[in-house]
Formats: sequence, structure tokens, C-alpha cells
Amino acid sequence: MPGEVSALALENIRVTFVSQDGARYTAIRDTTLRVAPGEFVSVVGPTGCGKSTLLNVAVGLLQPSSGDIRVFGQPLSGLNRKAGYLFQSDALMPWRTALDNITAGLEFRGVEAHEAKRQGEGWLQRVGLAGFGDRYPHQLSGGMRKRVALAQTLILDPQLILMDEPFSALDIQTRHLMENELLEIWSANRKSVVFITHDLEEAISLSDRVVILSAGPEAHPIGEFEIDLPRPRDVAEVRLMPRFIELHTRIWHAMKAEVLKSYAQHKQ
Amino acid sequence: MRLRQLALFAALMAIWYVATSPTLLPPIYFDNPDKAAFFFGEPLKVLEQMWIWFSSGAIYPHLWVTLVETVLAFLVGTVLGLVMGLWLALSTTASALLDPYIKALNSMPRVILAPIFGVWFGLDIASKVALGVTLVFFIVFFNVYQGVREVSYTVLANARILGASDRQLLRHVYVPSAMSWVFASLHNSVGLAFVGAVVGEYLGSSRGVGYLILQAEGTFDINAVFAGIVVLTVFALLLDWMVTLAERRLLVWQPRGGETEKI
Repeated sequence: MPGEVSALALENIRVTFVSQDGARYTAIRDTTLRVAPGEFVSVVGPTGCGKSTLLNVAVGLLQPSSGDIRVFGQPLSGLNRKAGYLFQSDALMPWRTALDNITAGLEFRGVEAHEAKRQGEGWLQRVGLAGFGDRYPHQLSGGMRKRVALAQTLILDPQLILMDEPFSALDIQTRHLMENELLEIWSANRKSVVFITHDLEEAISLSDRVVILSAGPEAHPIGEFEIDLPRPRDVAEVRLMPRFIELHTRIWHAMKAEVLKSYAQHKQ
Repeated sequence: MRLRQLALFAALMAIWYVATSPTLLPPIYFDNPDKAAFFFGEPLKVLEQMWIWFSSGAIYPHLWVTLVETVLAFLVGTVLGLVMGLWLALSTTASALLDPYIKALNSMPRVILAPIFGVWFGLDIASKVALGVTLVFFIVFFNVYQGVREVSYTVLANARILGASDRQLLRHVYVPSAMSWVFASLHNSVGLAFVGAVVGEYLGSSRGVGYLILQAEGTFDINAVFAGIVVLTVFALLLDWMVTLAERRLLVWQPRGGETEKI
């Protein structure tokens, strides 16, 4: 979409880590990724290819060694205030109840307590946890904790949602449920999404566009595919469509060599 | 299990009674039948002594003093440990500078400070509180330090992305995380506050349960010594039980084993 300002633009990103004994490790090089407003982009790559590193750069937790980051046209300095981030592992505060976790962001921003509570209750309902507001994270199942985390991120209405393999720890049924819920919430007011996953099927069934990263070290994009499956989608049903299988075959073909490379590296 | 615990207790008491009673057993080890009772006391006389203390009310002022010392030492030590622990854990410069001193102070046998505190703060409760504080402080300090260091990176990053300022991070992430470690050490620190109070009294005072024991020792009243020890033990168990209650209330967010319902 020429002329339109990208919601997120990563230009020529390179990330090189230097360990204490001076060893260098380049996780990512020559990576350019632009996400349009309202677009759902998945980044897929073999394990250990630096997908999370890329996301950490986008949210401002990590400074790239070189390259530019722009958020809605503005260069990024410090944390990305327009972004919400859904972590792969548990990121809820264990000493807060589900409701207090959901409203934490509002509280940090100085929203009045009962207004925050009202919005929090609404989000509890939207993620299907009405009545669970007073539970502590350890009293919730993995799927429920993910819902709380989702509500915690989305209650702040971020313009850009970054997700780092958020559903990878869930069993397959819960995962399909969560993916459908995510699509439903997302389509209600389309925000830009960058979704990191190693699961190609998940990427295709959710996204408008899938970006393939090469195996690390020095991971870089090696392919990009538009997903023209009709919306609204049901993530379980869309997998049975001929077009899905066609896309899956093409993308898998492009990925296969990288996956094997990564597998060989990790076997050593 | 309760029954068996009680049975064991009764058996131990019986052995104590039989072995120290001057007339029941022929002397085995001691040449004089009264010597066993002299060295080990007699359970009935210990009980009698406790009865006298509690019925006459003579012990209450002493217990009260010991309790006040314990609570003060615990509170002051905890607050100091919390503040210092947070400060050193969050400031790399301060922790690098003070690290060797903290280590040295911690490895020093601090009970030896009691006479010095006696000189500095007098023989009243202040010197006992000071001794208890030095014992409690390090327990709390190291736990807070550890607690802050072990805050999950993800939880911290998440809170920052949700918009928490440094001050809010301290209040909503570091302190709650550190508090769970402090509570985990609560049993230890209350116990040590108690030790500080009693040892302080024992080494020089005019009131307190430690002082009572010292007095009894001075007159070779072994039954009173044992009675004092029993009172201290019961008292310590009581404190420990109160800590458990406090813990249950304050750490509801922590997983506990066995939360299922048996049908």
C-alpha cells in the first residue's frame, strides 16, 4: 500500500549480541518488515531463528545494532507506547487477581479505580472469564491465564499488537478456541498485529500475510506470502479448504530447507 | 498421628519422672539418689513452679518484657532489611560498594555484640532489641535481595510495557515479589528476634524470662530453669503459630498444596 504510513516499519535491522568473553552472535541481519494499519502479519521460522528478538526490537525492549524502527512514521525511542505485547511465557503478576491483572495497565496510566474496574469486568466477559475475576493466576488453567493476558494487553487499546508464540504452550483444542477468539476480537476493530509462531498452519489460518525467516544465526526474511483466504475464518475449518492446502504446500516448500538446516544445527 | 505424638510425649515424661525420682529407682550412675533430681530436675516440681509463676502472676511482667523486645526487634529488623535489601538490589553501585561489608557483618557471630549493646544502650530493653535487630536484619535483607533479583524478567518487561513507571515497578512488582520471600523467612526471623531478646536478657538485665532463668541458675534451682525453658518453648510455638496465621492471610496468591476437595 504505497503512500500509507506503516503501523510498524523495521528497516534493515541487524542485531548482534556480544557476550562477556567477547564472542559475537548475530541473531538477525538485513531484516525489513513493514506492517500496514489493520494488517495481521505472521512471522514464521524454525526454532532459534531470532523471531522473539525481532519482536523485542519492535517493542523497544532491545536496541538493534543497526537499522531504523518507525511506529506510525515516528522513530522509536525507548519503549513502544503504541504497542501491546503478549508474551510466550506467563507474564501475569502472580500476586494480583485476574481482574487486577487486567486493569494493571489502566492503573499505571492513572485511570480512576472504579472506571478501570468497570472496563476490566467488561473484558473479563469478552474473554469468557466472567466470574473468575477474583482468582489468582495459579488458580487458573493455562488457557485461562492466556485469556487474562490477552485482556490485559487489549484493554489499553494498543494500535499495534505484538504476539510472541502466545498459544504455543496450550493444547490443540484450547489453542483453536483461543485463535478463533483472537480473530473475533481483532476483526471487531482491526489493529495491526505481528504474530510470531513456529506453527505454519497457525500462521496461515490467522494472517493476511506470512513472512518466512531463515534459520539462525543471521536470520533474515526469505519469503513472503499473501494469504487470500476469505474472512471471517474458523481456524479449524479453514484448514480443510483447498486454497489453504495449496498455500501450505507452497510455503512449506520454501521453508523446508531452512527447517532442515536448523534441525541439523541443533542436533550437534 | 496426634495420638501417637501424645503417647510419645507421655512416655518421655514418664522416663524423666522415673529416672529423676529419688526413691523409685536404685541409684545407677549417681552415688547419691538425690543427684539425678539435682541435675535434671523433676517434672512435677517443674509443673509446680510454672503453676506458682502463673497463678501468682509473677511471670507476666517478665513475659511482657520479652514479648515487647521480640516484637520491636522483629519490626525494626524487618523494615531495615526491607529498605536496605531493596536499595542494594536495585542499585548496582551501592551493592558493589557495600558487598564485602555486608558479607563480613553477616559472617560475624553477632551474639557477641550483646555486651557492647549493653554498654551502648544500657540494661533496659533497647540493648535486647538491638541484638534481635542484628539477627533479624540479615535474614530479611538477604531474602529481599534475592526476591528482587529473582523477579521474573517477563513479569517485569510486561509491567513496563503496560506503562509502569519506575516508582510503580517498585510498588507493584519488586516489593510484592520481595515480600513473598520475606514471608517465607518470617518463621526464621521471628524465631531469631526471640533468641535476641532472651539471650540479651540472659547476659544482663533486670526483667524478662531470660533474666528469670539466670536467677534460677544462680541459686541452682534447676526446676525453675526447666520451667523457664518450657515457658519459652511454649511461647515460641505460639509466636510461630501466629506467623503461620499471618502468612495464610497475606500470601493468598501463592499456590499451596492440597487445594482439592475430597468427596
